[in-house]
Amino acid sequence: MAGFWVGTAPLVAAGRRGRWPPQQLMLSAALRTLKHVLYYSRQCLMVSRNLGSVGYDPNEKTFDKILVANRGEIACRVIRTCKKMGIKTVAIHSDVDASSVHVKMADEAVCVGPAPTSKSYLNMDAIMEAIKKTRAQAVHPGYGFLSENKEFARCLAAEDVVFIGPDTHAIQAMGDKIESKLLAKKAEVNTIPGFDGVVKDAEEAVRIAREIGYPVMIKASAGGGGKGMRIAWDDEETRDGFRLSSQEAASSFGDDRLLIEKFIDNPRHIEIQVLGDKHGNALWLNERECSIQRRNQKVVEEAPSIFLDAETRRAMGEQAVALARAVKYSSAGTVEFLVDSKKNFYFLEMNTRLQVRVDSGIQPGSDISIYYDPMISKLITYGSDRTEALKRMADALDNYVIRGVTHNIALLREVIINSRFVKGDISTKFLSDVYPDGFKGHMLTKSEKNQLLAIASSLFVAFQLRAQHFQENSRMPVIKPDIANWELSVKLHDKVHTVVASNNGSVFSVEVDGSKLNVTSTWNLASPLLSVSVDGTQRTVQCLSREAGGNMSIQFLGTVDLTLWPRLECSGTVMAHCSLDLLGSSDAPTSASQYKVNILTRLAAELNKFMLEKVTEDTSSVLRSPMPGVVVAVSVKPGDAVAEGQEICVIEAMKMQNSMTAGKTGTVKSVHCQAGDTVGEGDLLVELE
Amino acid sequence: MAAALRVAAVGARLSVLASGLRAAVRSLCSQATSVNERIENKRRTALLGGGQRRIDAQHKRGKLTARERISLLLDPGSFVESDMFVEHRCADFGMAADKNKFPGDSVVTGRGRINGRLVYVFSQDFTVFGGSLSGAHAQKICKIMDQAITVGAPVIGLNDSGGARIQEGVESLAGYADIFLRNVTASGVIPQISLIMGPCAGGAVYSPALTDFTFMVKDTSYLFITGPDVVKSVTNEDVTQEELGGAKTHTTMSGVAHRAFENDVDALCNLRDFFNYLPLSSQDPAPVRECHDPSDRLVPELDTIVPLESTKAYNMVDIIHSVVDEREFFEIMPNYAKNIIVGFARMNGRTVGIVGNQPKVASDSISFTPWNYARRQYRPYFAGCLDINSSVKGARFVRFCDAFNIPLITFVDVPGFLPGTAQEYGGIIRHGAKLLYAFAEATVPKVTVITRKAYGGAYDVMSSKHLCGDTNYAWPTAEIAVMGAKGAVEIIFKGHENVEAAQAEYIEKFANPFPAAVRGFVDDIIQPSSTRARICCDLDVLASKKVQRPWRKHANIPL
Repeated sequence: MAGFWVGTAPLVAAGRRGRWPPQQLMLSAALRTLKHVLYYSRQCLMVSRNLGSVGYDPNEKTFDKILVANRGEIACRVIRTCKKMGIKTVAIHSDVDASSVHVKMADEAVCVGPAPTSKSYLNMDAIMEAIKKTRAQAVHPGYGFLSENKEFARCLAAEDVVFIGPDTHAIQAMGDKIESKLLAKKAEVNTIPGFDGVVKDAEEAVRIAREIGYPVMIKASAGGGGKGMRIAWDDEETRDGFRLSSQEAASSFGDDRLLIEKFIDNPRHIEIQVLGDKHGNALWLNERECSIQRRNQKVVEEAPSIFLDAETRRAMGEQAVALARAVKYSSAGTVEFLVDSKKNFYFLEMNTRLQVRVDSGIQPGSDISIYYDPMISKLITYGSDRTEALKRMADALDNYVIRGVTHNIALLREVIINSRFVKGDISTKFLSDVYPDGFKGHMLTKSEKNQLLAIASSLFVAFQLRAQHFQENSRMPVIKPDIANWELSVKLHDKVHTVVASNNGSVFSVEVDGSKLNVTSTWNLASPLLSVSVDGTQRTVQCLSREAGGNMSIQFLGTVDLTLWPRLECSGTVMAHCSLDLLGSSDAPTSASQYKVNILTRLAAELNKFMLEKVTEDTSSVLRSPMPGVVVAVSVKPGDAVAEGQEICVIEAMKMQNSMTAGKTGTVKSVHCQAGDTVGEGDLLVELE
Repeated sequence: MAAALRVAAVGARLSVLASGLRAAVRSLCSQATSVNERIENKRRTALLGGGQRRIDAQHKRGKLTARERISLLLDPGSFVESDMFVEHRCADFGMAADKNKFPGDSVVTGRGRINGRLVYVFSQDFTVFGGSLSGAHAQKICKIMDQAITVGAPVIGLNDSGGARIQEGVESLAGYADIFLRNVTASGVIPQISLIMGPCAGGAVYSPALTDFTFMVKDTSYLFITGPDVVKSVTNEDVTQEELGGAKTHTTMSGVAHRAFENDVDALCNLRDFFNYLPLSSQDPAPVRECHDPSDRLVPELDTIVPLESTKAYNMVDIIHSVVDEREFFEIMPNYAKNIIVGFARMNGRTVGIVGNQPKVASDSISFTPWNYARRQYRPYFAGCLDINSSVKGARFVRFCDAFNIPLITFVDVPGFLPGTAQEYGGIIRHGAKLLYAFAEATVPKVTVITRKAYGGAYDVMSSKHLCGDTNYAWPTAEIAVMGAKGAVEIIFKGHENVEAAQAEYIEKFANPFPAAVRGFVDDIIQPSSTRARICCDLDVLASKKVQRPWRKHANIPL
């Protein structure tokens, strides 16, 4: 068995502007896709259930009611388990999450504040209030949010509410980087040479850096993940790094301590799962390689790592267990290591949680809030070997139907077919090395382009033919035009291609710029996913939109022919995991997998030459209130960049909230209203530049 | 023939005149050749309209010629032209000169097919006298309209005309009236569509105005009674052609045009698309096209689409898209009176007319050009309220569907009629009555879905059970009441202290679908995700619906 994880990410802002509203996140075929995912996840579930059963006795006294202090898929998962165990659940949610899946699943739900997490899911007072109100006996924190917050654990203990998860000691020990490193050192776990503690000034930082030897990495001790991480290659950079990191440490975390350590170039990120119980037992499970990262967030994970040998694996596992014992770890957790090219491994950090799970916290109709984690789904595929797991992952990615949001499927798909990735030549720098200017989408080869053009043309003709299929009306017969060869002009990326298509039943013979292709499909024009065979090659395409004027947008990734890949010998289970995330608009592969074509008949294309280029309309830069009302919220401030269709402010009139959107893309010049203002019809609200 | 026989008889008797006979036969043959040549010449000339120079000028303006337009609109090879040889009959002002005669005159007429279905079409030729309307021009149009009415097939007019042929005087005016009369005669008998592809001014505008749908081409088409010059001299207003009667003006402010398209090619492609929704005549049922979308498809996203907070907006178009076949929705007047949505879609292949209140006010204010602000009052639309414009927009659409056997699906989320002096002074009472009238009068299958609010008189108006709705559904989120809880409590409990409790009581009692459901005013409370399946099923049953109305000459809608 082999497996992979991946994740997809929509671009919320763009999605909100798009033709497809965000509510329509997944359509019918998405359900199919979800089924797909769930099928795989079931195998995964079995694993976790086995793990869970280590200390679980069905007759054991549990709780009557617990509060789940989390949201999204993790909360759903906890609630589902509770239901199985007959425990009542209380969900907490923010304003914007009121109708999300976890709230619907839980027996009770309490709103703990407005959308920003600091005011809701991290709002300890409100959550403590909710616990008291609902008389929950225990709290499951899920992961993230308050799960590793020792203050929260302490508050709960004071109220005699059980905290389900690692105890305060372990959280405290592992939640703090410096402390965890000290502990690791004591437990004889390999650590990266470095210094941790309060660094007096820049000169001291330079002295420490020289002792460790360049390059070094500087970051705030309290910061998680790669946030605020700076790399210094010389004294000067160390001084800068010190200044920025200490500022950040003070402002973001209120904790001055810094971590300066040896920077490992081109490291792999490999983590070991550990399980401990209250009796001091601990064991390790196999590793997962998470080297493919974007902004230090895992993008693709793989198990087992094709890099480790049995000896290294065992050594890492033993050290991970030693660490778990040292902190009296009584739960599931993950010990993260960096591994250099010579298979030297160094302890990075320990997460007091177990990450093995595929699920989706959203369903069709869910609103993906811009306030929270952008992950919309995780996908895990298995295979008897790596090739099979990757092939399944590529297929599964092609079968995701996501509408209304922009996502990272194209990137995930590119990564898993990248030759370096396939060879196993990866590091945490993979994405920045392979896509130095950011991911720009799949580059079509000539034959792929011909395939795309052939599929698009066939679709066009299929739509045209379907338009003539009426239920026969005896009064006036339909006389279908007899067109043997459809002569088309297809525009893709500003290049015009000549296409001649003819069809015989479900087979289209298409000549694209002189080369002939046969396209076969069921031509179900209502299906969001269309499986097409082009000269025997299977492709999955999605027709995202189609206009009478000939514009068509097609999602075409193509299923890569994996038989061409070098077969890699792997033992044991190989899994891959990718997380489907929402992407920030800045580096979004917006339409990476989406191709816009314009198809016209030859006649229309010839006449189209006479059509004038449209002068881009000068849309007004002024947003005025169309009605008297009260300003409920203003979403922009001067200097903000806004996109067409983006919400500028909300005005409540007649008890309806009206979203005022930007009529063009631009920069906010001035804002003339604020929340709470009463405005009259025609009042100036916002000016754009 | 008779002459030839006579000549032959004479020849038999008087053989001495044999040479004369040969000459006669020769002259007869040569005459025939010349007719064929003349036919060919005329046809060739007709195909060139006003000549290559004018064709080039037309292209330079980004406009296609009358014949190019027809070739794009109709199925290849299906056009059958009539009256190619008709010429104008005016002799004044040197019009009789050969150079002023163009075979076919300034309009191309005939019939053809769109996706295999019959249609009559006329296309005004701007290259001939600026497409101006002569008596002959009008006669050609009238001829195909008469035939379209006789056989029962739609008429599409492609308008591109400078106006009346001034040289012909009153003859031209008579021509307009002849067309108007036929527009009215054909109204409700066959669908009539106008696509404005150039100027259309003066009296000419009333032909499109009388047809069922008027579409425009952006930047190259204008519709106005009097042009900017006359406006300037009479009212001293400075206004451009585009501002006065361009596509934007008529699709966003006046409501004269139903939709605008980017250019000629885009407009004609869209017109073909649109034509597929229409039955050929009032004798025909709504067309049923092949459909790949399962009629029993569940739409899970609808279960969460209506926000819990009753003042929060959502987009009714999302509901429409997810319910209809393949998300295909041809919206009519998408930029005018946006508080109501109307348009065509298909359910299990069959054309349906969709009417929906729009609770989401996506204000256009920012995309309006400055002149809208500088000189004109902006027209607000309130959160799905019914107001003057939306009532008229909805009423006209409902009546079209009823006339042409197109079932009506109505999605209701209406907080009431829009209050205010502007509305009352503008006659909301008589305009609102139009929508009420249209729904009550309609005998086509009527299915109604109340998604959220159905308050007050507006509840009655929106295809309610009381107006003979065939199937009326409520979603669990429906609130069918006289008014919102707050307003109601302020009236019922005026002066009471515990207003909040009273409000909660009112919400509990009335802000839900039960009061209507227990009275049978809604037939069922349905899970939103099952909406599509339910409607498709109902439409199958209702296909045989028959309603008899008492005899009358014609009804009297409050105009």
